[in-house]
Amino acid sequence: MDSAAPRSTSALLLLLLLLLLLRAERTRGAELTFELPDSAKQCFHEDVEQGVKFSLDYQVITGGHYDVDCYVEDPLGNTIYRETKKQYDSFTHRAEVKGVYQFCFSNEFSTFSHKTIYFDFQVGDEPPILPDMGNRVTALTQMESACVTIHEALKTVIDSQTHYRLREAQDRARAEDLNNRVSYWSIASTDEQTPAFCKLAQSVAGAPSASVMGSRRN
Amino acid sequence: MAGVGARGRLVMGWPVLLLLALCAAGARGLYFHIGETEKRCFIEEIPDETMVIGNYRTQMWDKQKEVFLPSTPGLGMHVEVKDPEGKVVLSRQYGSEGRFTFTSHTPGEHQICLHSNSTRMALFAGGRLRVHLDIQVGEHANNYPEIAAKDKLTELQLRARQLLDQVEQIQKEQDYQRYREERFRLTSESTNQRVLWWSIAQTVILILTGIWQMRHLKSFFEAKKLV
Repeated sequence: MDSAAPRSTSALLLLLLLLLLLRAERTRGAELTFELPDSAKQCFHEDVEQGVKFSLDYQVITGGHYDVDCYVEDPLGNTIYRETKKQYDSFTHRAEVKGVYQFCFSNEFSTFSHKTIYFDFQVGDEPPILPDMGNRVTALTQMESACVTIHEALKTVIDSQTHYRLREAQDRARAEDLNNRVSYWSIASTDEQTPAFCKLAQSVAGAPSASVMGSRRN
Repeated sequence: MAGVGARGRLVMGWPVLLLLALCAAGARGLYFHIGETEKRCFIEEIPDETMVIGNYRTQMWDKQKEVFLPSTPGLGMHVEVKDPEGKVVLSRQYGSEGRFTFTSHTPGEHQICLHSNSTRMALFAGGRLRVHLDIQVGEHANNYPEIAAKDKLTELQLRARQLLDQVEQIQKEQDYQRYREERFRLTSESTNQRVLWWSIAQTVILILTGIWQMRHLKSFFEAKKLV
């Protein structure tokens, strides 16, 4: 992990401690997109400490009527959130019990449409980029406050970009679907209509050659 | 801790080993369960030149003890990453705990698939795996303490670096947005074209079959002396 190993053992220990803290703080959120097959359910679990606030954002990107069932359970098995056939939603909760919380997405009501679902599960506050930034005793300087403000604003921008991207993916999927349907249906209907008209005329008046010859004879 | 070798040789001692072991405890975030040979795929829609780092850790279900074993050596996970065109970018076998990285060269939907192909699991009936997974994309994949140590940055400089990285990610995402909008526009124009041509073709066919029918029926009615 670290190529330049410091000379003294204590410096190495300190570095390892730093890395350990970094590892401990890093995995604080998950943003995933996955495909949920028809009549299937998929669950995710995460360990949450007591008193920590967590939030779940989810959105259906492609498939069927763009809806999914979702429920969240606490470690004691109580359902703290349940919604059926939702297209997108956001849920925030403060954990009262320490333990493993699970949230599940269910497509069991659908018989033939696969759904692509995006979710963003964030636990707690964002950790500081340097571990010792969290243990400040003095107030932030103006420069640092400005940096914090800009950082928060940029996070909002990135979040809205994500939502915009998901909506656009949804619309693009529908547009491509429409394009395919128009192609197939136009070819199929032309192939089917032309012979149908000819057959109709033939069934009324018989084969063309016979009637023409008949009229000519008369 | 499992000390190694004679005391004289091991300079660092048990605290370091303990810390190393704790560091190796790895990604302990979100987890889910998969079956034996089940494949689980995740989609990441990313702009180009974006780095993606994935960390995973697997645990196996022990049927006798009814608990997930903390770590199982010998378990293997196969990680496969496909780019938007379906070409395989990364296809590697890792151990029971691993870290994979790739950088996208084309913007679009990349697919990350994980499956276990360990034959050992067949011995334990009803094998179930618990997979801890953490995927970080773009700016979130940056390791700031490491950057601070490498470039010797002060706290303020590090904050500025973080802001620069965020802005770069926003720029890349906007470029990707422009590319997506172009694709969407092409699809819509293609649909428009097809609908236009189809309706023209349909009208022409209708007129032609109408004329043919009239001619055909006219000679029939004349023959039957109805007209």
